[in-house]
Amino acid sequence: MYDFNYHRPRDLADAVRLRSAAEDGVFLAGGMTLIPTLRLRLASPSDVIDISGVDGLSDLEASAESVRVGALVRHATVAVSADVKKRIPALAALADGISDAQVRNRGTLGGSIANNDPAADYPAAILALGATVMTNKREIAADDYFTGLFDTALEADEIVTAARFPVAEAAAYAKFPNPASRYALVGVFVARIGGAVRVAVTGAGDQGVFRAPEMEKALAGNFAPDALNSVTVAADGLNSDLHAGAEYRAHLIGVMAKRAVAACA
Amino acid sequence: MPAVSMTVNGKTVSGDVEARTLLVQFLRENLRMTGTRVGCDTAQCGACCVLIDGDSVKSCSVLALQAEGAEITTIEGLADGELHPMQDAFREHHALQCGFCTPGMVISAIDLVTRNPDPSEDQIREWLEGNLCRCTGYHNIVKAIQAAAQAMGG
Repeated sequence: MYDFNYHRPRDLADAVRLRSAAEDGVFLAGGMTLIPTLRLRLASPSDVIDISGVDGLSDLEASAESVRVGALVRHATVAVSADVKKRIPALAALADGISDAQVRNRGTLGGSIANNDPAADYPAAILALGATVMTNKREIAADDYFTGLFDTALEADEIVTAARFPVAEAAAYAKFPNPASRYALVGVFVARIGGAVRVAVTGAGDQGVFRAPEMEKALAGNFAPDALNSVTVAADGLNSDLHAGAEYRAHLIGVMAKRAVAACA
Repeated sequence: MPAVSMTVNGKTVSGDVEARTLLVQFLRENLRMTGTRVGCDTAQCGACCVLIDGDSVKSCSVLALQAEGAEITTIEGLADGELHPMQDAFREHHALQCGFCTPGMVISAIDLVTRNPDPSEDQIREWLEGNLCRCTGYHNIVKAIQAAAQAMGG
C-alpha cells in the first residue's frame, strides 16, 4: 500500500472540503473494499478521508412507510434490527448474507452503494425497492443512481448520507453466492410495491446491477414462480469470468428469480 | 508521522505510524504482540481477527489510525491467570493442529457467543465463514465452541 494523507473530519462540510482540497481524495467508511484495494495497489489516492467519525450518518429509522438506513450503518446492524426485520425482512436477510461476520461488522450501506461493485448485494435492494439515495446535496432515485461498473451518479464532492427504502407488500432476495467470497455470482431481488413489481439483478450484468423488465411484466400479471417460465433470459450483456460463464449466469437469474418470488409467498 | 492512541487489552498504548500502517502491523510490529496472525493478507482467512469495541474484525483490513480511541482485545488479552473458557475448550476438544488460525478462531468465536449465548451447530458453522482452518476439518472447532458456550453460561 502506498502512503497517503489521512483525515478524520467530524462533519460533512469538513469532509467535502478535505476532498475538494485533495489532489486525489477518497472517502473511507468501513473500508472493507477500499483497504484491500489500496493494499493491492489498485488505487493510490493522495488523501484518505475517513468519514466514520462524521455525526448523523449512523441512524436507522423505520416507519410503516419506509426504512431509512444511515450511510454508516453496518451490515451487522441491519441484519439484526428488529425494525428492519418487521418492515422489510428481505433487507435484513440480505445484509445478513453479505460476506462474513467480520466484514459485516465493519462494512456499511453507504460504502457498498457508493462503490457499486457489480457483485455487491445492496445495489439489488436499492434498485428493486425503488429506494431513494440521500446525499449531502440532494436525493437521487434508484433508477438514476447506478450508472455502470463501479460508477454512480455521485459527484466528487458528494457523500451518501442515507438510503430510504419504501416498505414493500412483499419482497425477497435470492442469491447464489460465490462460495469463497460470498459476493453474488447472481442475486435477484424481487419486490411488489403499490401493485407494481420490480426485479433487480446483481452479480451478472457487465454494467452492474440492472432491472429485468420482462420478468417484471410477467410477474405483474401473475405473481408466482411459474409466471417466469415464459421469460427467457439472454446471456447478452452478462459477465463471463473465472467464476461463471454468461450462459450459466443467465440460467441462474431465472432460478434465483423464481426462488425469490417463492420466498415472497 | 501521525500519532495514534488506543486501548489494547486494557492498557493505553500510543505510537507514531505511517497513515498506511494496518492495525495488525501496529499490534505485531510496534507493540510486539504477535499472537494475532497474518494469514492470507486479503481479509479472507480470519487469522488476524481482533475485537474492536467488542466486535470481531479483520485487523489486516483496518488502518491503525481507524482504531484511534478504540478498545482492542487480542488473543493475548483473554487469559486472566487461567485460560479463557474459549481457549480452554479449544485445548480440551483438540480444536487445533498447527495453531495458525487459532487466535482468530477464538476471537471470532467469542464474538459469536457474546451475540448468541447458545448457538446451534449450524449457526456456528455459518459464523465461521470468515475463519479458515486447513488442518482440523472444523469438527472439533465446532465442538469446542459449543462446549465453551455452555461453560460461559449459555
